[in-house]
Amino acid sequence: MVQISIVQAVNQGLRRAMESDPQVLLMGEDIGKLGGVFRVTEGLQKDFGEDRVVDTPLAESGIVGTAIGLALYGFRPVVEIQFDGFVYPAFDQIVVQVARMRYRSEGALHLPITIRMPFAGGIGSVEHHSESPEAYFAATPGLRVVTCADPADAYWMIQQAIASDDPVIFLEPKRRYWQRGDVDTAADLSAALPMDRAKVLVEGSDCTLISYGPTVATCLQAARQAAEDGVKLEVIDLRSLSPIDMPTLEASVSRTGRAVVVHEAPGSGGLGGEIGQRLTESCFYHLEAPVLRVTGYDTPYPPSRIEDDYLPDADRVLDAVEKTMGY
Amino acid sequence: MDQLDSVVQLLDSEGAVVDDVRYQSTLDDSALLGLFRDMVLVRQLDEQATALQRQGELGLWAPLLGQEAAQIGSGRALEAQDFVFSTYREHGVAWCRGVDPVDMLRFWRGTKHQAWDANVHRMYGYQVIIGAHALHATGYAMGARYSGRVGTGEPGRDQAVVAYFGDGAMSEGDVNEAFVFATSYQAPVVFFCQNNQWAISEPTNRQSRIHLAQRAEGFGLPGVRVDGNDVIACHAVTLAALHRARSGQGPTLIEAVTYRMGAHTTSDDPTKYRDSADVELWRGRDPLDRLRIHLRAKGILDDDLQSELTHEAVSLADRMRERCRELPDPQPLSMFDHVYAGSDSRLDDQRREVETILSAGRVS
Repeated sequence: MVQISIVQAVNQGLRRAMESDPQVLLMGEDIGKLGGVFRVTEGLQKDFGEDRVVDTPLAESGIVGTAIGLALYGFRPVVEIQFDGFVYPAFDQIVVQVARMRYRSEGALHLPITIRMPFAGGIGSVEHHSESPEAYFAATPGLRVVTCADPADAYWMIQQAIASDDPVIFLEPKRRYWQRGDVDTAADLSAALPMDRAKVLVEGSDCTLISYGPTVATCLQAARQAAEDGVKLEVIDLRSLSPIDMPTLEASVSRTGRAVVVHEAPGSGGLGGEIGQRLTESCFYHLEAPVLRVTGYDTPYPPSRIEDDYLPDADRVLDAVEKTMGY
Repeated sequence: MDQLDSVVQLLDSEGAVVDDVRYQSTLDDSALLGLFRDMVLVRQLDEQATALQRQGELGLWAPLLGQEAAQIGSGRALEAQDFVFSTYREHGVAWCRGVDPVDMLRFWRGTKHQAWDANVHRMYGYQVIIGAHALHATGYAMGARYSGRVGTGEPGRDQAVVAYFGDGAMSEGDVNEAFVFATSYQAPVVFFCQNNQWAISEPTNRQSRIHLAQRAEGFGLPGVRVDGNDVIACHAVTLAALHRARSGQGPTLIEAVTYRMGAHTTSDDPTKYRDSADVELWRGRDPLDRLRIHLRAKGILDDDLQSELTHEAVSLADRMRERCRELPDPQPLSMFDHVYAGSDSRLDDQRREVETILSAGRVS
């Protein structure tokens, strides 16, 4: 058991994937000598060489487009998009080409590509460095979209994403990058919880908080505060945004009768709406209140000096919980 | 800007041999006859597919009429181990890769997205998104390099990749990014641009103020202009670029100057935007006519052979007509197959829903 940060966990997960499969290859801007702007790939080029940790030209469509060719050749490319806000030039290649290869070829071709990117805000950065684009990808058939909220999941899920024969969008919660946690790096990959499964982090009976990525910690904080007032909140880390592990959510909400979905991305067209709708369809007779959302507002991401007013915090989550209790 | 300015040409539009200090034909009589046969059959294939669309058997077709030499000349320069990425107009290249014309029709009839098996033919299916595949070709070529399949000198081992696209694609970001990646990694890729003068209704001068091949210099790769209606020159230029790629000397851009004699697709009406005088000018540069004249002058093509070829073309057309109508529609439930590697509960639910609708429909 080691205590490491999410940055170190992804780094070690990448290293282990590269050691166990010679076809795994990393591509991205500044990932070689520099080790990436967040140092996620630090030391990997030194150990695996320039042909397996490939510094690319500054062209995101080019990176993903060439990763497609490499994957067709037989490689298992892991692409780093430097920041969430830089992924859009590659959007066409991701949603039109990467997502559809298996379908289009009736299973004859597949693209085991992992597209990693730090996402979401909270680090006081400038424009285009704090975005939450997950709904675009989660709405695209053929892609798997996952995110981690702690070092252990970061370590195992990156390896599962790379091992997946489907393309995976792997979102890393950048404001939690330096959060530390225990990881049993000696364990076997096959023993880890599959990446498409949600995880109940805290059990409770009054209301279910459903979140993913950076706002999982926010929900845990809200649950601790609620407990002081005798309110028992259940906290679920969704982990997979596409597909969504509905059975785990349904089991919880059927018991608690109340749910609040929390994410940083704007509410309109976001994951919260999808989850709320599906819970309404499947748990209608168990619900004591409508499923509520606590999300970023329907604005572009604001300047960082006011981002704390934009980002969901424990108080807003608790307000929503109180509201569901009022029905 | 003269369209045929500074092109490599080994056979002029009158069918006369032209000397060129840079390129020489390696084709013997039987190879030349083979190219002629290919072009005749591919023209027939194209004509038949266009007719099938008119008869309502295909949803759409993108005619290659006029571009036979560019496609056959380059396509026949490929080796089995090479790999091709193309647009939706490269029926002639697909022909060279051994794709059955009936299979090509599957895409246009709407029975399949990928008309043929890319692994078998070592050619990816028709790409509709303009220029996107230039990057796929470059990545595939990088893969060949990383796998030690470049510059070994072993026959049959070294690989090259060809990306086919048109003059319109030269404006796409993906094609320009592909040039950057290909030169940065010296990837064994040949960019074969058929400048057929038209991107639907937009002439090439809307895409560029200089010859497209001249763009190559700025990216650091050689650019060659070739007479795209001269099959011998197209073959020679592609052969050299492929050799260069396989031996590890990096990418090449070829601009094959040709003309789209037909419509962009069967849904297009070129009389709205182009001058018939221009079309007539290019009719005089027809790729088949000039090779026919050349072969007749050389005495390798006589009336018997010509009529044999005509028969072969007619029976190809007959077969396409018959088989096209027999192409089976996919089963409706197959729409849920192969979205993901494993199963997906959303899709399982939706499949059951459609199954119920279908079985209810059968009862009534």
